[in-house]
Amino acid sequence: MNWLYDFSILTQSIHESLSRNFVPGTVVLIEMILAGVAFMILFALLGLVLVYAERKVSAFFQQRLGPMRVGKWGTAQTLADVIKLLMKEPLMNKNADKFLFNLAPYIIMISAFMAMAALPFAKGLQALDFDVGLLYISAVSSLGVIGILLAGWSSDNKYSLIGALRSGAQIISYELSVGLSLLTIVVLTGSLQLSVIVESQADGWWIFRGHIPAVIAFIIFLIASTAETNRGPFDLAEAESELTAGFHTEYSGMKFAFFFLAEFANMFIVSALGATVFLGGWMPFHIGGWEAFNNIMDYIPPIVWFFGKVSFMIFMMMWFRWTFPRLRIDQLLTLEWKYLLPVNLMNILVMAFLVLMGWHF
Amino acid sequence: MGTSAIIFYTIAAIMIVFSLLAVTARKILRAAVYLLFALGGTAAIYFMMNYFFLAAVQLIVYAGGIVVLIIFSILLTSHIEEKMQKPDTWKIILTSILGFGGTALCLFVITNHLFVAHPATGAEATMATIGEKLLGYGEGGYVLPFEVISILLLAAMIGAIVVAKRNKPKGNG
Repeated sequence: MNWLYDFSILTQSIHESLSRNFVPGTVVLIEMILAGVAFMILFALLGLVLVYAERKVSAFFQQRLGPMRVGKWGTAQTLADVIKLLMKEPLMNKNADKFLFNLAPYIIMISAFMAMAALPFAKGLQALDFDVGLLYISAVSSLGVIGILLAGWSSDNKYSLIGALRSGAQIISYELSVGLSLLTIVVLTGSLQLSVIVESQADGWWIFRGHIPAVIAFIIFLIASTAETNRGPFDLAEAESELTAGFHTEYSGMKFAFFFLAEFANMFIVSALGATVFLGGWMPFHIGGWEAFNNIMDYIPPIVWFFGKVSFMIFMMMWFRWTFPRLRIDQLLTLEWKYLLPVNLMNILVMAFLVLMGWHF
Repeated sequence: MGTSAIIFYTIAAIMIVFSLLAVTARKILRAAVYLLFALGGTAAIYFMMNYFFLAAVQLIVYAGGIVVLIIFSILLTSHIEEKMQKPDTWKIILTSILGFGGTALCLFVITNHLFVAHPATGAEATMATIGEKLLGYGEGGYVLPFEVISILLLAAMIGAIVVAKRNKPKGNG
């Protein structure tokens, strides 16, 4: 069971057994396919689990039971939904731009896939470990907005276009706050490489060690990342009560499912990013100097820590969605440009001063 | 042919096809999307060369920034759905002569130039090196251009705000 604590043992043994049987070029090809399949399976599982979780959480917040009929406690409900979506007829408006209409869901999915590839899931379990990891993730996740804009325009529907333009304005604004709040912690770590950021939290997570600026940055990150994923209370792009479904009104069947999946995948990505940067990623809960305590914590495998923290972040985002009322577009932009951004900039200055004086733990 | 050669030729083919499509497409929004793929191909080439910083910047500035800006400005203008008129035949001929001539000249120079691999350029540009160079004021530092460009950006931003504010009706301040 050693591999559960250090996945590089597992990946190394796969690599060695492949190298014994194939030439190097084929090994690279097989490993690329294996990694791709692993991410696709993770994507599908995330969709199944998170849709069920969202429905159950929303039901409990509204004092309902949620899905209960299919399987024990409705656990097979999402599977049944997938089969239903697969059998639906893909409809399209007569005047829709067919090429862009079909392309838009894939752009959103590709951006989610590319961002997920750089996440550190556990020790030694990371597909891409760039020394600009954080910059890379923010770069590829900014591509998703293109898919939303194209979907909104090519649907040939006024609701879709309004939803897409709202979403564009929202994502472009809140990207700044997400980036700046992450930069506040980068000031502490001195590196953008995600594996280094995780390793640097071996003596305690940054949210505890970074004083008040780290807590402020975490709160801003939570708000801004909820807005960036188009989730309530910032779900103006979809806003069921005014825009029917916003930018994906005209989509049906699997293309609609792709938008749905990408939304949940993006929620997972921002939660994982927040967990990695603020809450230590797969690093167990350590307190510098308490050797016995740290050793006990090390018995829990890193992957359990990672998914535990991510689940906590996801639960918080679902809690927001089912608690707060939706913002108006002017309130949304005022919140970002007049409150979050100035606070964020001041926060980075304070953090830089703290690090310069060596006042952090 | 090695794996990296296959990947390179695939990316190169994608880039060429989408660059051609971007200039020949008659619907303006589609041209912008083709441009996105061509720019993404450039980023892919940087990734292949292990030049991660430049690749991420390429994605953030061109794909995530400029293409989004182009799409936004197209959506805000009217007549998106109309097909663009086909240009005159003599214009097509003239521009193709110019284009092919330029390509031929570039290919001629590239194939005739003897590229010598520099032994000293093996060092990888890490994030820390880039940061220190960008704000360094010693030998090989770039702090002056960096600051000049930030002043230029600030001026452009103030200018944009002034232009956007001009037509505001007076009286309901």
